[in-house]
Amino acid sequence: MYPDEFQYTKDHEWIRVDGDSGTIGITDHAQKELGDIVYVELPKTGDAVAAAEIFGTVESVKAVSEVYSPVTGEVTAVNGKLAEHPELLNSDPHVGAWLIRVKMSDPKEVDKLMSSEEYEAYIQQAESH
Amino acid sequence: MKDHPRHARPHITRDEGLIFERSSPGKCGVDLGAPDVPPASASELLGEEYYRKEIPGFPEVSELEVIRHFTRLSTWNYGVDTGLYPLGSCTMKYNPRINEVVARLEGLATDHPYAPEEVTQGCLKVLHDTARCLAEITGMDAVSLQPAAGAQGELSGILIIQACLADRGNPRKYILVPDSAHGTNPASVATSGYQMRPLKSDAHGCIDPNELDRAMTDEVAGLMLTNPNTLGIFEVRIREICELVHRKGGLVYMDGANMNALVGIARPADFGADVMHLNLHKTFTTPHGGGGPGSGPVAVKKFLEPYLPSPMVVQAADGTYGLDYNRPKSIGRVRAFYGNFGMVVRALAYIAANGGEGLLETTQDAVLNANYVMRRLQDLYELPYNEPCMHECVLSDHRQAARGVHTVDIAKRLIDYGFHPYTTAFPLIVQGAMMIEPTESASKEDLDEFIDAMRAVAEEVEEDPEFVLKAPHTTRVSRLDEAGAARKPILRWKP
Amino acid sequence: MRYLPNSPRDRAEMLRALGYSSIEELFSQIPEQIRFQGRLNLPGPLSEQEILEFFREAAGQSARKYASLLGAGAYSHYRPAAVDALLSRGEFFTAYTPYQAELAQGTLQAMFEFQTQGTLQAMFEFQTLIAQLTGMEVANASLYDGSTATNEAVLMALRLTRRNRVVVAKTLHPEYREVMATYLRHQGTEIVDVPYSPSGQLDVAALESAVNKETAAVVVQSPNFLGAIERFGEVAELVHKNGALLVVTVNEPLSLAIVNPPADADIVCGEAQSFGVPVAFGGPFVGFLATREKFVRQMPGRLVGQTTDTEGRRGFVLTLATREQHIRREKATSNICTNQSLCALAATIYLCLLGKQGLKALAEHNMAKAHYAARQLADVPGTSIPFASPYFNEFVVKTPGNADGLLRELQAEKILGGVSLERFYPELKEHLLVCVTETVSKATLDRMVEVHRNFSVRNEAGAGARSASSRPVGQEKA
Repeated sequence: MYPDEFQYTKDHEWIRVDGDSGTIGITDHAQKELGDIVYVELPKTGDAVAAAEIFGTVESVKAVSEVYSPVTGEVTAVNGKLAEHPELLNSDPHVGAWLIRVKMSDPKEVDKLMSSEEYEAYIQQAESH
Repeated sequence: MKDHPRHARPHITRDEGLIFERSSPGKCGVDLGAPDVPPASASELLGEEYYRKEIPGFPEVSELEVIRHFTRLSTWNYGVDTGLYPLGSCTMKYNPRINEVVARLEGLATDHPYAPEEVTQGCLKVLHDTARCLAEITGMDAVSLQPAAGAQGELSGILIIQACLADRGNPRKYILVPDSAHGTNPASVATSGYQMRPLKSDAHGCIDPNELDRAMTDEVAGLMLTNPNTLGIFEVRIREICELVHRKGGLVYMDGANMNALVGIARPADFGADVMHLNLHKTFTTPHGGGGPGSGPVAVKKFLEPYLPSPMVVQAADGTYGLDYNRPKSIGRVRAFYGNFGMVVRALAYIAANGGEGLLETTQDAVLNANYVMRRLQDLYELPYNEPCMHECVLSDHRQAARGVHTVDIAKRLIDYGFHPYTTAFPLIVQGAMMIEPTESASKEDLDEFIDAMRAVAEEVEEDPEFVLKAPHTTRVSRLDEAGAARKPILRWKP
Repeated sequence: MRYLPNSPRDRAEMLRALGYSSIEELFSQIPEQIRFQGRLNLPGPLSEQEILEFFREAAGQSARKYASLLGAGAYSHYRPAAVDALLSRGEFFTAYTPYQAELAQGTLQAMFEFQTQGTLQAMFEFQTLIAQLTGMEVANASLYDGSTATNEAVLMALRLTRRNRVVVAKTLHPEYREVMATYLRHQGTEIVDVPYSPSGQLDVAALESAVNKETAAVVVQSPNFLGAIERFGEVAELVHKNGALLVVTVNEPLSLAIVNPPADADIVCGEAQSFGVPVAFGGPFVGFLATREKFVRQMPGRLVGQTTDTEGRRGFVLTLATREQHIRREKATSNICTNQSLCALAATIYLCLLGKQGLKALAEHNMAKAHYAARQLADVPGTSIPFASPYFNEFVVKTPGNADGLLRELQAEKILGGVSLERFYPELKEHLLVCVTETVSKATLDRMVEVHRNFSVRNEAGAGARSASSRPVGQEKA
């Protein structure tokens, strides 16, 4: 379910690292919790993002959820498809519906995040509450 | 297994289109008659730069078509006139017809807000009398009828707290809001420039004085509470709570949304509130109108009177009424003119129809009805806070959720039984909340039918949860695509 | 009490079912010392007939026997009988379009919508009509009134631009300006006033020096408080050059039937009371707010959207609810909870009745009457129409003496002759704001002019021939 090559945050974002570049999205668990996603607000290319700080919002019909960056860096690309097709976040959260790509200023930050195994345990524990 | 109602759309009224689709050129629903002054050419007077030739797309229909169109649309609504409307926290009570008659009397419905005071004594008297009645009911000393609705009353009240504390030297930074509060509370706090600090409820869903004691620092301007709270429970330690806030230099704001539980029973000023608002469209029977107009008078203790919005209606020694604009400490205006006067007329008519005794009897019935529903449903639906309730009760879908059926599904199934749903998923502190406020306008017979329906749905959940999940089965439209509406909003008709 | 359906026996049975022996026991959780022990000192109980008598007496002490030339943000227009006939349907006025408090957990869908489809469709029609009138792309389902709508438009501009400075025409309704001051004080927003020019329109040179790169919005009313219809081409250019938004307030929207809407505005808002809502001593009224599609997610207030049901039929839902207080709580675009549905419904019915032709004819009718009155007044020696700008149904008259004295003389003739402007603009002593709608007859206007003439004659004589140069730029003067 949760790709091994990703790292995960407690706020249900994932990051896929490729050198000093990180691609960021929200997890399948997050999209399920939100329900039908209708709108996504993202930063612009060139904007700075910081670890554990808000960089965008994802809205479903009845809820707004803020998205936190797993790492610090500069936005190098934004997934333009989501403006027209926010529903991609429901159907393809781990591949097609990535949110932003970031040039990381401190790749070590990723080490603090969860592995897929840890993340699965984390959400299972959250659900049992 | 019961017979499931069939999906039916039998009547012509159910397929009414948009008025724009009925339009055809040359039709008009009024005949204006010729002006009695020499005609003037607007295009010449205005010149090409300003003159508008036409409003593209505007409808053209006859009077009868307008009557039919809106009559048909009206039949798609469910009102208090249709049947029991147990929508928690909204106080959907009967809207007396005499209120509508008196609000439309020539003079009251036609006086201009800038007409000289000596020719508008009747309107000013209505404002003055109503303010006096609301002061008596709340125990407060002064009332402004200016706020346009509850949310504006809240904002006015918070601004009054700010002005008073600023006068004392320090407006402070935060307002405490219990986690059970209505969403307008935090939004109003944010609009006022204060920051909101949430306050956790205790095991009974009430304010915990120890928690409050900790939270009530010298940076906190006051506490914004609802009593009875949104669980319908009276804050029994309210006096202690208010005293604590006062001792620490703060003020107490009471959200009067639930005043239908208290009129004649207890007065907020007596138990320690300093400032509060009322919702004339809840407690005082002005119609909800499909979502407004409301009216949200703000009432205060004597020491806060100087801060009330400007102008105030005053009575001179000779008995005449006037408007006082000389209010240097006022928070200012929150809307143009003097408030939703038409709603004030209706509220006064309601108060006068009842008198003090009638209002007390009304409160008693509202509370009796809510307790009756709660106790007759608690064996089938979870009662998260098992306390006597005031004017509304909160159950939860805990048992039904185990079968995959949630509060919202049960609410939708109620529609098939001919009832308006209760309020779902509020207050937020109860998972799967079902908030039921029958009001005094429900008879025992109505309540028994409602209870039977609720019990029948609980049984259906056990036997055929899928069927409940697909409800409603009898409405004009089936489930609507809300996600589609939000993704690609269509907010107007286009040719 | 006649409104209560429970019989004494019902109550007794219910109490028994609950295990209580008296109604008092229901309230036993409320501590004795805070129970209200007295009797509320209130009027009543009154029978229905007594209520009617009480309010008839109040209505008798009103201006109903007077002809009114008062406007200034509250306009008397004839209301076709069909408006109240339809509003009086209980299905409309006793229903509620409630907020939906639920935080989504995936499966939530429309519910209350099922039982308010009628109101929702009517509000969708209201949104369409307002968008058409204002020439904007989208409109919301109404706000409290023109003053709060203008304020909400400014708050929206602050959010959109992330700036904190607002430039406001002094000719925006003075009470609207007061409301804005109340709200913006707490946002730390700077408010800069722009005066009017000798023509009565916005002073564009002053605007140019007032607007800068920190400006979030420029707010202009048209027709403005002095009746002048504004011209927007140059204004819009100035505003947009600085990256600010142009907010235009219209509080006599009947004008939009014959006056071009401000096409370059970013937000057009105002008051729709003119459309079938009674003046009612100032409320309830119905605010509106229209804007461009790209700003829709920062709009305040309810929005009704069209969608389809599972069988493909058209239906309506409250949409983009995530902007609102019940979801965002302290982060909402506004603390507003309700709209003004019933008043918006009145406006919708009214606009449908008048329609494309009727509204235009009525606007022309108003314009003809106002211009007739102004021409007659301009012919009165010593009296002038000081502002040269085009106007719709409201204009300023300069009188040759104390305006309040003149108003009293008009009042003696059963005419409420206008609003004395000195209370809002100290520099406009001896100036009256006069509004003429279709509700005032030519005979009344002629009588009004006579009173002005007599007043002028007396004042001119008393003052000695006043030099013509002391008159402000007089127009329409032979």
